[in-house]
Amino acid sequence: MALLIKNGIVYDPLNNINGEVMDIMIDGNKIVSSINESKAQVIDASNKIVMAGGVDLHSHIVGPKVNSGRILRVEDHYKDLVAKTRFTRSGSGYSIPSTFVTGYRYAIMGYTTVCEPANPPLKMIAVHDELNDIPMIDKTSFILFGNNWIVMEYLKEGKIKECAAFIAWVLKRMKGYVIKIVDPGCEEEWKWGNDIEGLDKEVNNFGITPKEIIRGLCEVNKLLSLPHPIHVHTNMLGTPGNYRITIETMDCVKNIANNNQPLIHMTHVQFHSYGGSNWASLSSATDEIADYVNKNKHVTIDMGQIIFTDTTTMTADGSFEYKLQKLTGERWVNSDVEVEESAGIVPIHYRRNNYVHAVMWAIGLELALLVNDPWRVFMTTDHPNGGPFTYYPKVISWLMSKKARERVLKRIPRMSRRRTNLEDIDREYNFYEIAIITRAGIAKILGLKNKGHLAPGADADIAIYDFNPKQYDPSRDYKEVVRAFSKAAYTIKDGEIVVKDGEIIKPVIGKTFWVESEISRDLESSIASSLNEKFRDYYTVSVDNYVVPKDYLYKPWPIQVKAKI
Amino acid sequence: MAEIILTLKHSLKVPLDASIISPDNFAGKSINEISSLKLWRGNKQITLGEVFDIKGEAGSNANETVITINGDLSKARRIGKGMSNGKIVINGSAGLYLGEDIRGGVITVNGDVGSWAGVGAKGGLIEIMGNAGDFLASSYRGARSGMEGGMIIVHGNAANEVGGWMKNGTIKIMGNAGIFVGANMQGGSILVSNDCGVRAGAGMRGGRIVILGYIPSILPSFRIEEIRASVKVNGDKISGPFYLFNGDFAEGGKGNLFINVTKNPHLKRYEQYIP
Ligand SMILES: [Zn+2]
Repeated sequence: MALLIKNGIVYDPLNNINGEVMDIMIDGNKIVSSINESKAQVIDASNKIVMAGGVDLHSHIVGPKVNSGRILRVEDHYKDLVAKTRFTRSGSGYSIPSTFVTGYRYAIMGYTTVCEPANPPLKMIAVHDELNDIPMIDKTSFILFGNNWIVMEYLKEGKIKECAAFIAWVLKRMKGYVIKIVDPGCEEEWKWGNDIEGLDKEVNNFGITPKEIIRGLCEVNKLLSLPHPIHVHTNMLGTPGNYRITIETMDCVKNIANNNQPLIHMTHVQFHSYGGSNWASLSSATDEIADYVNKNKHVTIDMGQIIFTDTTTMTADGSFEYKLQKLTGERWVNSDVEVEESAGIVPIHYRRNNYVHAVMWAIGLELALLVNDPWRVFMTTDHPNGGPFTYYPKVISWLMSKKARERVLKRIPRMSRRRTNLEDIDREYNFYEIAIITRAGIAKILGLKNKGHLAPGADADIAIYDFNPKQYDPSRDYKEVVRAFSKAAYTIKDGEIVVKDGEIIKPVIGKTFWVESEISRDLESSIASSLNEKFRDYYTVSVDNYVVPKDYLYKPWPIQVKAKI
Repeated sequence: MAEIILTLKHSLKVPLDASIISPDNFAGKSINEISSLKLWRGNKQITLGEVFDIKGEAGSNANETVITINGDLSKARRIGKGMSNGKIVINGSAGLYLGEDIRGGVITVNGDVGSWAGVGAKGGLIEIMGNAGDFLASSYRGARSGMEGGMIIVHGNAANEVGGWMKNGTIKIMGNAGIFVGANMQGGSILVSNDCGVRAGAGMRGGRIVILGYIPSILPSFRIEEIRASVKVNGDKISGPFYLFNGDFAEGGKGNLFINVTKNPHLKRYEQYIP
């Protein structure tokens, strides 16, 4: 069916459209340049903001640890119950919503694509079960490789092509989109009860260093022509003084880069930008981080903003969760995935009057405000680690309004204000920049050519927000910003109106996408045969019981690329 | 004091969420307004007037309101949820979560109650003339503490896990209690006037548990300290003698367990370890 969005105030940075009043036309599930207006359904978007549907680069919404988190945080569920409606199913969960509620809440905020950023290959059947159950949005999964035995073996032996072929095999068979690296090497070491400090110490039994793993996987990413750079959660997360290792991580792949193309994405950098040498001397080191990012085009980052609320941390960084549990005395889940990864879960309540939490809050915002190029910094809360994704409108208001930030700054400990830079930053984002860090820039760094913009040919995923920039000033009327972005006036998914006035009016099923990097036949078959042997030696399952069949997915959407091998 | 009387019209076949029934919700409302209050029966929303005959009048404040409920309410849950003042008298049995999160006022049950009675209690008095189910005044799943204040009296028996994660307040069981009395207790007092099951005080980090009857055994992570002639529970002196155990040493050993000496001759062997 044809749809005409009339007179909207359009922010479409990928096509250099900055607040122009114009019409958007939709035919079927695509944006087109002309339609038969007499037969089209018309949406009056005058005095409303029109953007492409939101794209979330990093949000833990499915997978074994998300599910364990749901079990661990029962109170998170009975305190936030969602009744069924005529169109939607019931559900629950504040920091870890059930699958259906996850989809609904994203759609209500105008989001149409979400990336789950950390799944071990062994658990991908369960991951796709859950992805199938999330309605309303397109989605994908990033696969963990940073502590995988087979990867470390190939890299140690210098078999970079074989390593690339193995990763191509996993991404294609298990249906994932990105090479995710969490605490490279250190999680394997942690399984032996040890820590690795720095990037240059060898991993027990493998004789390879974290730096070699990062560089190796970066080369692999290039060989496979993957659409997104390596997605790195580097070592020493949440440790005072860790900003040095963050810079070292970014710098260690610098000489692999060419043409200033981004080839490493550093995720939830808020947790990796700490100065000082212990919790008592914790300070913001965003000056150093932002300075490096501003000078080096091969890096992109996302915020990992924290919110003052009761939430749940969950990460493949099992060693960090162990330390957090020791620090807080909270409930704890600890897990090992054979051959591949580890994980941990600990609840946390970020409090405004807690000195450390207040510093963390300021650091996230500083990163977004000090990195000059909005195309290389993206908005996330590392949901649910920094806070539930439902707080995005609040984060947008902090970025757009110094006044909104000052309201919080006034109420955090004086010491936290002194150890951070936020008070001295005047920058305020405009809607064009907000559109970049919440959709356009993210779609671009994900290599999703049909997402994040509104030119003919793009997917008809669109958000319309009830905010009139002629009437309200986002800097002053930041509460209006929160209101408008919390409940989209309309969300359009694949050409259908799915949300109206902040309520779901049509449940739909989104696509699940993954990448298939075509490598040479010879290499592919030689890898396939050597894997049987490795599975026999290392795994409790056989290859045949490991892979995810294509018909397992409700709406499969493979994205093909041509590898260089 | 104004009294409002609810009488069950038909016996309940499916669970009724009765959390709306509290002096705080009724105060200042007319009979018509109270009759039209909404609540869930199974998966259907209905009005209070569909379930109960409603007579009398409500006071202008919660503290001037007495609610009397007649009938078998063992399928009605959450009666008196969060109440801050006033009184509820139930002539019959009540279901799960009676007096959940109670902050003040009095609930009297002339019958038995289901599990989780007084869960999350912060004040007030709950008096149960019959028996109580499991998890009396315990913490609910995932909550960071159990009972934080107030008094709960059970004239009959209580089942397992009385006062789990309890932080403050008093629980008195006049009959027997099941296993795990005061599990993970952090403060407050529990009195069991008769016998109780094993593992009393498991994981306790504070507070006191007093057992006047027989207990099959003491956890090995408890240590005997002395024999005391008497013990105080909420200001009342109770004569012993009592064995005083400290524990649970798996969690630091700051809790006190008082066990009646004469009713527990099988514990005599502990006396040689009194320091
Ligand atoms: Zn994450």
